Formats: sequence, C-alpha cells, structure tokens
Amino acid sequence: MEALFEMIRRGDRPALARAISLVEDGAPGSRELVQAAYRTPGNSRIVGITGAPGVGKSSLVDGIVNELRSMGRSVAVIAVDPSSPFTGGAILGDRVRMKHRTTDPHVFFRSLASRGHLGGLTRATGDVLTLVGVAGFDDVLVETVGAGQSEVDVMKYANTVLVVLSPGLGDAVQTLKAGIFEIGDVFVVNKADLAGADRTRAELEMMLDMRPPGGWRPPVLKTVATTGEGLPELAGAIEAHYEYLKSSGGLKARVRNRFLASLEEYLKREMVDEVLRAASASGELERCLAALEAGKDDPASAASRLASQYRAASSCSALVPSERS
Amino acid sequence: MERKIRVLVGKPGLDGHDRGAMVVARAYRDAGMEVIYSGLHRTPEELARMAVEEDVDVVALSILSGAHGTLVPKVIEHLKKEKGGALDVLVLVGGVIPHEDIPALKAAGVAEVFGPGTSTEEIVEYTRTHVREKRAS
Ligand code: B12
Ligand SMILES: Nc1nc2c(ncn2[C@@H]2O[C@H](COP(=O)(O)OP(=O)(O)OP(=O)(O)O)[C@@H](O)[C@H]2O)c(=O)[nH]1
Ligand SMILES: [Mg+2]
Repeated sequence: MEALFEMIRRGDRPALARAISLVEDGAPGSRELVQAAYRTPGNSRIVGITGAPGVGKSSLVDGIVNELRSMGRSVAVIAVDPSSPFTGGAILGDRVRMKHRTTDPHVFFRSLASRGHLGGLTRATGDVLTLVGVAGFDDVLVETVGAGQSEVDVMKYANTVLVVLSPGLGDAVQTLKAGIFEIGDVFVVNKADLAGADRTRAELEMMLDMRPPGGWRPPVLKTVATTGEGLPELAGAIEAHYEYLKSSGGLKARVRNRFLASLEEYLKREMVDEVLRAASASGELERCLAALEAGKDDPASAASRLASQYRAASSCSALVPSERS
Repeated sequence: MERKIRVLVGKPGLDGHDRGAMVVARAYRDAGMEVIYSGLHRTPEELARMAVEEDVDVVALSILSGAHGTLVPKVIEHLKKEKGGALDVLVLVGGVIPHEDIPALKAAGVAEVFGPGTSTEEIVEYTRTHVREKRAS
C-alpha cells in the first residue's frame, strides 16, 4: 500500500485508478491508503455539478475541463451515475460527452456508480476526493447523478456548486421547491440554443432577488455546452466564487463541511452496523422483527430499544481494560 | 462481498452501429456489473486511457465496420503502453467479424470473439468465468 500511495503522489494514472477501486470496494488495505491520504492532503478546488437528468451536466463538464486546461490548470473529474436497485449493476455514460482533452496528460476522468447510496453521490465520495487531491490536481469536478429535489449531498463536498437547468423544465414554483435551488453558488441555464432560455433565466434571477440580501449573490449564466458558448464566462464565475470564499472565510467552512460529511458516513456505517450486529448476536433483532410482524411493536420504539441496549452493553465492556482506549 | 466486475464497452473507429454495444452493455448491467460506455468514434488511444482510468477488468470492443484488423491490435498496444507493459485486462471483441480473421485477433491478445446472434447469457457467462480466472492469476 505504501508503494501504491507513493505512486499516486507521483501522479501515476493506473495507481490512482486502482486506489479509487480499492477505496470504493472497502478492499483490504484501503484503510491504510485512506489514512495516509488524509495526512497528506492536497489543495484541489472542488466544483460540484448537479441538476436534473439530461440537462447537460456531462457536456458542461467537458466544456469546463477544456476551459480550465486552457488556463493551465490540471483537472480530475468524478462522475456519478445511478446503480440499478434490482441488479446492483450500472451503465455509466457520462464519458460519452467527453470530446475535448480526452488524452490530455493533465486530465483524469473516473466514473462511479452510486451503489445504492442516496443523495446523488456515492458513499466513498469523500475518500475518493481526498485520493484525487493527493495526486495533485488543481481542480476536481464532481458530477452528481441526475438530481431531483433532494439529492443535495454535493453541497457537503464541493467548494462551489453549479446548479444546471435547461429551458422548459417546469415553472418557477418547481424550481423553488427543489432542494437543489438552495445549494447553487452559480446557476447555469444550459441549452440556451433552445426556446425559453431567457424566460428560465429571468425567473431564476427573480427568485434569487427575493432572497435576503448580503453575502454571495449567485450569478445566472446561459450556456450552450455543445458549442462552448458561455463556457469562458462560466469558468470566470467559478473563479470569482472561489475568490469570494477565500476572502470571506467561507472556504474554511466548506472544507470543514466536507470532513464532517465523511465523518458522518463512517459513523453511520460503524454505528448502524455495530448495533445491528450486536442485536443479531443477542437474538434481540429477531425478537424485534417478530414483534413488528405481529403488530406488537413499531420501528421507532424498536430502534430506541436496540440503541439503548447497545449503549448499556458497550458502557459495561468499556470498564474492561482493552488493548488501548 | 465479491468485488464488482467493471467493463468498458468501447466503440473504436468510424463505426456508427451501436445497437450491439447497447445490448451487451445492458446484459452486463443486468448481470450486476458496472459498465462504462465509451460513446461512438473513439480512437484506440482514448479507449486505452478509459480502460486505465476506470480500472476495468474487461475491455469489450464492438466493431461492425470491418476495421477490426487494424483497430483491435492498436487498442491492445495502447493498453500495454498505459499499463507499463502487461495486458492485465480481458479483451473481448464482438460484432461482424469474419471467421478467418479470428486467429489474428487472438494472436494479438483478444481472449474471445462473439459474432451476430450470440446469446447475451453466453457473453455474460464467459466474461464472469474469465474475469475470475484473471483475478485469481
Ligand atoms: C442495423 C444495421 C445498421 C443500422 C445501424 C443502427 C444502429 N444505431 O446501430 C444503420 C441503418 C444505421 C446502418 C448503417 C450502415 N451499415 Co449497417 N447494418 C445493420 C445490420 C443490418 C444489423 C446490425 C445490428 O444492429 N444488429 C443487431 C445487434 C444486436 O447485433 P450485433 O451488433 O451483431 O451484436 C451482437 C453480437 O455481434 C455481439 N456483439 C456485438 N458487439 C459486441 C461486443 C462484445 C465485446 C461482445 C462480447 C459481443 C458483441 O453481441 C450482440 C448480441 O448477439 C447489419 C447486418 C447484420 N446482420 O449484422 C448491417 C451491417 C453491419 N452494416 C453494414 C454497412 C456497410 C453499413 C453502412 C456503411 C451502409 C451504408 N453504405 O450506408 C452504414 C454505416 C453506418 C455507420 N456510421 O457506421 C455492413 C458492414 C459490412 C462489413 N463489416 O464489412 C453490414 C454487416 C451489412 C452487410 N452485410 O453489408 N446499419
Ligand atoms: N441543444 C442542446 N443540447 C445539449 C446541450 N448540452 C447538452 N445537450 C444534449 O443533451 C443531452 C444530455 O446531455 P448530457 O451532458 O449527457 O446531460 P447530463 O445532465 O449529464 O445527463 P445525466 O448524466 O444522464 O443526468 C445530450 O444529447 C447532449 O448532446 C446544449 O447546450 N444544447
Ligand atoms: Mg451526465
């Protein structure tokens, strides 16, 4: 693992690719890799790209990569597509839209399947971002699965969130109630070559004007991802938001958020798995399920009971000296 | 849990026939694998890069244009170059491939060739078995 880690630091492409798989799979050795990665953090700027299915996120990623490369910045892309809930398989198609810079040595592109994780990203996102950071990319673009109204995890990991819309995707009310409206740092009305783009933009501007003043006012930009129209301006807006974050102190909060999100993922995994394992070993899980089936219990009560039993058991065992605290 | 099998379904060259590639991609997905679709008109170099970055077990090339004789060896050459010499992925080819061309493809490093009418069960089964062997070796 140490050798692999060193290779990632030196920018070895197959090594980074392999490491991402190990972390995704939680394979033996991935823990050490992640431990090392968080202790050698990179300094990548993380840009999230989210929006409804088919609005042109991947096409924009292609255009943004192209812009950032012309500015001399190295770029990694992490693109997430959904796994099938039935078979666990996935067709990852975001690469199809990559037309520029496909063999550029300073670009790295990786597709990830959501593997049942909700929220628009995958469980391993935080760790994957850290690995990519170790490899030293200036920018990391994270494309979420086609997001509806509640896939807002990207805001926890990104420094700047682009929310992408396209004309004719419902009216203002729908946009307003969508959770993703609130997380945008920059709004992009893509497919501006289609009718209705100006109206969509005007509606967005109006809604943004209704927000309480102060702080960052998200710009609304029009793009045609397929021709590159509006892409330099978009790159400029990303830059401007990042500068704003740096000067306002917001960057620190965003980075902190990202660590909190990763911590939360691991805690959930540890705690939920632990409680279930303990309950299963003691037979309590079986009793709970039987009671639920018989209509003599409810999930909320059963969960509190399992959790408090687990706490009671673990506070006893804490009195027994273990190898280390 | 067994590691997920990852497959790159690639369309090299100027060939616009994508039905077969889609059929194969879906079959793999329905068998629980993670499939990366390259999109049309990819160069051998692009496909090799994708295979490396996506850390796939299988590179599945679909070619109906008749250009397999030049494209496939080039993909394999680039794969070896990107990976530093060894061909550690399973390379499969499907589409319209005349029988007499198969030996040359295999000599270049292709594990198996699947023509029109092959059942998707057969393709999935072959892939699963041979990925296991490859991983074990
Ligand atoms: C449908 C079709 C088209 C459609 C394609 C639609 C599309 N989006 O795919 C259209 C009408 C657009 C078309 C156009 C042309 N076509 Co056409 N087309 C066919 C046809 C009739 C069927 C192909 C097909 O879709 N089959 C169904 C799919 C599911 O089968 P498949 O691709 O073979 O895939 C199966 C297996 O091969 C295998 N498989 C395939 N790929 C892979 C990959 C892996 C890794 C694995 C494991 C398995 C696997 O699994 C699949 C399931 O069994 C074939 C003839 C034929 N019977 O094959 C000609 C054929 C392929 N076409 C041909 C030609 C010449 C053309 C044109 C050049 C015609 C022209 N002069 O304009 C154009 C070129 C288009 C282009 N840009 O490339 C020739 C190719 C000749 C050659 N290779 O020497 C063929 C063979 C017809 C012929 N006998 O002349 N075509
Ligand atoms: N007319 C027009 N079409 C576009 C534009 N941008 C993207 N498209 C097309 O819209 C379709 C979807 O584009 P993608 O980039 O795959 O969209 P996406 O948001 O990544 O899609 P998912 O990842 O599946 O959610 C493709 O056919 C693109 O060619 C644009 O600016 N104008
Ligand atoms: Mg996409």
